[in-house]
Amino acid sequence: MADRRRFLGRAFAGLSTAMLAGCYDLDEKPWFTGALGKVENLTREVQHLFAGPQTLAQEFTKADIAPVFRANGTRDPGTPDYKAHLANGFRDWRVTVSGLVDHPLSLSMDRIRAMPQRTQITRHDCVEGWSCIGEWSGPQLALVLAAAAPRPKARYAVFYCADPMTVEGDPDHYYYESLELSEAMHPQTILAHRLNGAILDVPHGAPVRLRAERQLGYKQPKYLQRIVLTDTLQGIGGGKGGYWEDQGYTWYGGI
Amino acid sequence: MTTDAEKALPHVPDGVRAALGLAPSGPHYFFYRHRAWVRAAHWINALCLAILLMSGLNIFNAHPALYWGDGSDFEHPALMLGAYADEFGMVDRGVTSIGGHEFDTTGVLGASKAGGQLVARGFPDWATLPGPGWLAMARQWHFAFAWILVLNAIGFVIYGLWSRHFARDLAPTRQDIAHLPREIADHARLRFPHGEKAKHYNGLQKLAYCAVIFLAGPLIVMTGLAMSPTMDAAFPFLPWLFGGRQSARAIHFLCAFSFLGFFIVHIAMVILSGSWNNLRSMVTGWYVIKGRGHG
Repeated sequence: MADRRRFLGRAFAGLSTAMLAGCYDLDEKPWFTGALGKVENLTREVQHLFAGPQTLAQEFTKADIAPVFRANGTRDPGTPDYKAHLANGFRDWRVTVSGLVDHPLSLSMDRIRAMPQRTQITRHDCVEGWSCIGEWSGPQLALVLAAAAPRPKARYAVFYCADPMTVEGDPDHYYYESLELSEAMHPQTILAHRLNGAILDVPHGAPVRLRAERQLGYKQPKYLQRIVLTDTLQGIGGGKGGYWEDQGYTWYGGI
Repeated sequence: MTTDAEKALPHVPDGVRAALGLAPSGPHYFFYRHRAWVRAAHWINALCLAILLMSGLNIFNAHPALYWGDGSDFEHPALMLGAYADEFGMVDRGVTSIGGHEFDTTGVLGASKAGGQLVARGFPDWATLPGPGWLAMARQWHFAFAWILVLNAIGFVIYGLWSRHFARDLAPTRQDIAHLPREIADHARLRFPHGEKAKHYNGLQKLAYCAVIFLAGPLIVMTGLAMSPTMDAAFPFLPWLFGGRQSARAIHFLCAFSFLGFFIVHIAMVILSGSWNNLRSMVTGWYVIKGRGHG
C-alpha cells in the first residue's frame, strides 16, 4: 500500500513567505517599531566598527562543499522574457550599471566572463537559519563599478532582478535589493555566474547573481539585470531598500 | 546579600508576620538582602530572557531544525520539528525527530493548533513572540532585547566586580565545596537554610548562579554572534570555536533551554523556600530572617 502521508518537515524552505502575515499589539505601534528600527542602525554601526570594510568572510575547501546547494526564494522567474533569454543561452542578457556613475555600462555575459575572475568557497546563511557551502565564481563587483566610475555622491548600489514577486496592487513588481557602496565594493562581493564549477542554473539565479558574503541570503539577489548607484533609497520600490525590506525585514542583513 | 549594608529593622510589621505565617511576637527581623542595582539588573534580565526565549522560538520556527558543523545537512538534522499530513493535505501529526528517531509530539511540537486547526509549526503560538509566525518581527524583538541583555550584563559584571558582590556573595568558598554533598541532600529533602544561614547563598546556589552568569550567559551571546555573517568576518574564531555556524546555532538553542531549565528550578526554589519573603526581597531588598533576633 502506498504511503499516503507526506512529510512536510522538509518543505519548510518557503515558509518565511507565509510567516509575514500576522500581527501583534506592540508590533503595530509606530513608537515601538520606530525604536526597533533604531536598534537596527545601532547593530549595523557597531558591526561596521568591528568588521570594517575589508575583513573577509571565511573561505572553505572543496571538501566542505554541500552535495546539494539549497535554492531558496524564486526558483524560476518563468516570465516570457526570461524564458526567451534562457532559450538562447542568455546571449542577449545584459547587466547594466547606471545612476550616479560617469560611464554607464551595459555588460554582456561574455564581457562578464572575460573579466578577471574571483572564485570563492563560502557559506551561504539564510535568514531562516540554515547554511550551505558552495563555490562561486565571477568578477568582483568593485572592478565593474570602478569601470563605471561612481560619482562621489553615490551611497548605495541598487540591484534590479528579473524575477517577478507578488505584491498586492502592483502586478509589475520584481525582486530588488540594495547594499551600501562599501559592501558592494567588498573584495568578496562578486557577480557570480558559476556555482561549484558549473554554469549557474536557473534555481540559483542564472545567468548571473550577486554574492555578498558578509550578508544574509536575501541581500544577494539572483537573475541580476540592472545595477543603479544612488544617494537615497527613497522612492525606489516601497522605499525600504529591497523586496523583503518592504515586507518588514531589516535592511541591514549582516546578522 | 550584603553585610556592610546590613540595615536591620528591629520590627517586622504584624501584616508581614501574618503573611509569612510567623508568630506575632517572635524575634524576627528584616535583613537588607539585595541592593537596588542587583534588583534592577535581576528584573531587567528576567524581562530580556523571557522576550529573547519567545522571540527566539519564533525565529527557530522559520527553519525548525538543528545541525552540527558549518553547513546544514538537510537529510540528517540533529533535531527537527516536523509534521505529517493526511491524504487531503491536512496536517494530522506533529513529530520531534532527534538524531533520526521520531517522537509523536502532536499538539505541542511540530504541529499545533492555530485558529482551532492543526498546522505545521515548530513551537506552538503560545510559546512564541510574536504569537503568529513572523520571522522579520521576531528578529527585531530578539536583537533589540539582546542589546538590553548584554548592556545590562556588562553593567552587572562591572558593578559586581567593583562592589565585590561577586567575590563576597557569589564565588564558592572551599567550605561551600566541602558542604556540597550535604547541600544536595538537604535540597533533595526540600530543607532550606533558615535564620542566620539564610543571609548567604549556599554552595549549590552559588554554583547555579555562577554557571548561568559566567558560563551560559557568555556562551549564548557568543553563539548568537557566531550566527551573524558579518561578525564571523570580523571574528573568524567565533564559528571556529563552536565547530561551525550551524553548531553555534545548536549550542545557542541548548543554552536557551538551559536558561529555561534554570528558570524552572529557580522558581521552584523561590516557591519552596518562601515565595513572599523571596519576592519581597528581590523587589524591596528586605528579607525577613526568622528565628533568633539581633538582640
